[in-house]
Amino acid sequence: MTMTATRIFTEWRDKSLDDALLECRDMVEAPDFETARRWREAGGKIAGHFQVYFPEEIVHAAGMLPFKVRGAPLEANQADSHFGSYLCSILKTSLELALSDVVEMDLFISHPICDAARNLAAIWGRNVDYPSQILYLPQNPNSSGSIDYLTHEYDRIRRVVEEVSGRTITDEDLQNSIAVFNENRRLMRELYEIKRDTPWLIAAEDAYALVALAGMVPREEHNELLTELLPKIRERDNKPEDRIRVVFEGGFCEQPPFDLIRMLGRTVYVVDDDFLIGLRWITEDVPVDGDPLGNLATAYIEHSSYSPVQHDLRKPKEEMLKQRISDAGADAAILAAAKMCEPGLEEQVAYTHSLDDAEISYFLSEFEENMSSFDQLELQVATFVEHLLFA
Amino acid sequence: MTTLDTTHDLVGRGNREGAAMFREWFEELDNTAKTGGQSAYVFVMGSINEILKTFDLPVVFPEINSLQTAVRHVAHEYLEEAENYGYSPDICGYVKADVGTQLRGGEHPMAQIPKPSLTVLTNACNTYIKWAEIWERMYGTPTFTIDIPGTRQAGKQTWQGDRDFEADRKYVEVQLRELITLCEEVTGKKFDIDKFREVLGYANTMSRSWKRILELNNAKPSLFSALTDGTIFLGVANGFRGTEEGAQYFERVVEEMEYKAANGIGQTIDEKYRLLFVGVPCYPIFRRFNELFTEWGGTFVNSTYLWFASGGTNRGFEYDLKDPVASLAEGVLVSVRDAMDSMFHQNEVLEDMANDFDVDGIIYHPIKSCRTVSTGLADGRKHMTEKLGIPSLFIESDMMDRRVVSEAQMKNRIDAFFEGLESRRQQTLSDGKG
Ligand code: SF4
Ligand code: SF4
Repeated sequence: MTMTATRIFTEWRDKSLDDALLECRDMVEAPDFETARRWREAGGKIAGHFQVYFPEEIVHAAGMLPFKVRGAPLEANQADSHFGSYLCSILKTSLELALSDVVEMDLFISHPICDAARNLAAIWGRNVDYPSQILYLPQNPNSSGSIDYLTHEYDRIRRVVEEVSGRTITDEDLQNSIAVFNENRRLMRELYEIKRDTPWLIAAEDAYALVALAGMVPREEHNELLTELLPKIRERDNKPEDRIRVVFEGGFCEQPPFDLIRMLGRTVYVVDDDFLIGLRWITEDVPVDGDPLGNLATAYIEHSSYSPVQHDLRKPKEEMLKQRISDAGADAAILAAAKMCEPGLEEQVAYTHSLDDAEISYFLSEFEENMSSFDQLELQVATFVEHLLFA
Repeated sequence: MTTLDTTHDLVGRGNREGAAMFREWFEELDNTAKTGGQSAYVFVMGSINEILKTFDLPVVFPEINSLQTAVRHVAHEYLEEAENYGYSPDICGYVKADVGTQLRGGEHPMAQIPKPSLTVLTNACNTYIKWAEIWERMYGTPTFTIDIPGTRQAGKQTWQGDRDFEADRKYVEVQLRELITLCEEVTGKKFDIDKFREVLGYANTMSRSWKRILELNNAKPSLFSALTDGTIFLGVANGFRGTEEGAQYFERVVEEMEYKAANGIGQTIDEKYRLLFVGVPCYPIFRRFNELFTEWGGTFVNSTYLWFASGGTNRGFEYDLKDPVASLAEGVLVSVRDAMDSMFHQNEVLEDMANDFDVDGIIYHPIKSCRTVSTGLADGRKHMTEKLGIPSLFIESDMMDRRVVSEAQMKNRIDAFFEGLESRRQQTLSDGKG
């Protein structure tokens, strides 16, 4: 059966912009991932892919739903006993989604992004009865062999997905999916342009919700959502306020609680960030013609963003961050890391030293997806902002 | 035929010679640092010594430097230095002790540590990658990541002849060739293929011997402690891989172990319980940690540490000298992948080992510092216990940070574990009588 026409998130349709955004926030904030359930009820299959990047086109081309596994704001009641101490929360809540059947998957794919997450495939595999696969994205993107290798690796994933979906994935299927995702990339870039150029037109949490939905609904549907809402956002007549413009760095994997983003949105303009950067990883259109897997592999290596979990000699992360800050015309950065997130915490050291040298102000913080009290943090951010405004 | 003299010469020889070689190695590093010579920073899971030794580059293993600060009870000073610089208490202690060492200009209890001229790492641990980025920033050191794709799904490793295996092997080979070019640039020397073959030959001897040594330990009583003696062998396996000295050393350890096996000479204590060790040793109280087990007659007959911390050379992969670079690629792929499997998918091997080594219990020791090794252990143990029913103990601490090591608590848990083993044994005995 073809699933491309299936729509699983309709609440926002035929609503005013504010009401539509409210529906988006509600859908993203809820820990029950309703869209996944609806997709399955419509007869669809789901491939869960763990943070950070995954070539979703391959799953999309098989008519399956690529579902972004990014943890959840819930208690890991069943998953907890499968882990020891000293670990970030996203690992546990992600497994919880699977063990508690909140999200029923047919395939789970993770990537060795960090020492903790690279254990996830084995743990998952021991506890579920569908395949748990690792996609080995190149950790040496500077090698001349990396694109060929990755093209083959994508082909291997294609075969895995074919087996799970029971459907052959042709080059043409992939090219069609690339076109859908190119449109999505263009729309996401536009959303970020709005954030950068006119941040008073969209609240930080609304922008976040719009991005996060990409990981929960079919991309065609997400394209429809953005195509409808972005022009309306541009048409708003909100007035700019005298606020500090900041870049938020540290949301590449475990996600800060929605309320934290909301709190920031009340205090500052978040003009750029790395929230769910994997969904926005490829920075340019991927050519539709030619070998689709080769094109996707080339895009991963040559036209992509950065994060603490990818090493690329051409992209020293502190330089990339400074570039992001300057491109966004930001006054300061919020350097956050998920609790117990080793790569995030390591990168903070490089970032702080580098921003010190460049005399760029920053606010340093740790968060956990499940934290619920922000009073202290809000006070600290407010003090930081005041300091910047009146310095 | 056992003679007192042979016994005296042979038994414990590996430990004596290993300790001496270890000191020599650090003397060489000290000398390199003081004369401003070149060195390569490498890691235990895939050091690629085979190429570096061909260029005569002294190798520095920052992981080993770091663990030595713990064994020598000064780790906290180094950790504090790194934490003051900004590194969180939740970051791997090996990284932080090294940052401390670098901030002190290479000052280390065993030697003056030279600065890196080149860093070679693998992806076997992601922290390796973050760690190397630190030296890049500090010194502008050229860094080369040998990216080695691991197992994609439990039990689905691919092998020679499979197109997926060939794609991985080819990727590794391209990278090794690029590394050779980089070494030529850094050292100003031409790659000497004959010397390379010689180095590979020594590495072959070492791998073959290492595999044999591990197998021999299934003797009853077991011949060496996988926790303490094993760590000495590991030091030589890493520092001297691809050298004549290293190859000879390992052949001599095989000789020692064969002799002990033939003559029923076990470890220094009477073996009552044969244990497997899963995880990383507790270096801040290394000796005491071991005693907590040996006092009950517990001996460690094997450990996953001896597999992954030797870069998977426990597999005994031997390079084909006729096609050396391609074969190195295959060997590195198969061995480092195996090292990763011993961390992420160890249950299958543990199961075999529990049977082959007639094991009474499994000790899981996950550590705060190392999420690579530790993240999956609770779940792995759960499944292992369900499947095999072998008694196991799960204790968490650290291999560097004494703030997270509670000896008293550990002792209580270990004592209770052995009490359980004792009563289980009594029960089996009385059931047998009944
Ligand atoms: S939050 Fe950090 S430590 Fe946790 S899985 Fe993500 S990258 Fe790894
Ligand atoms: S995280 Fe573990 S494997 Fe990696 S460097 Fe630290 S101790 Fe070694």
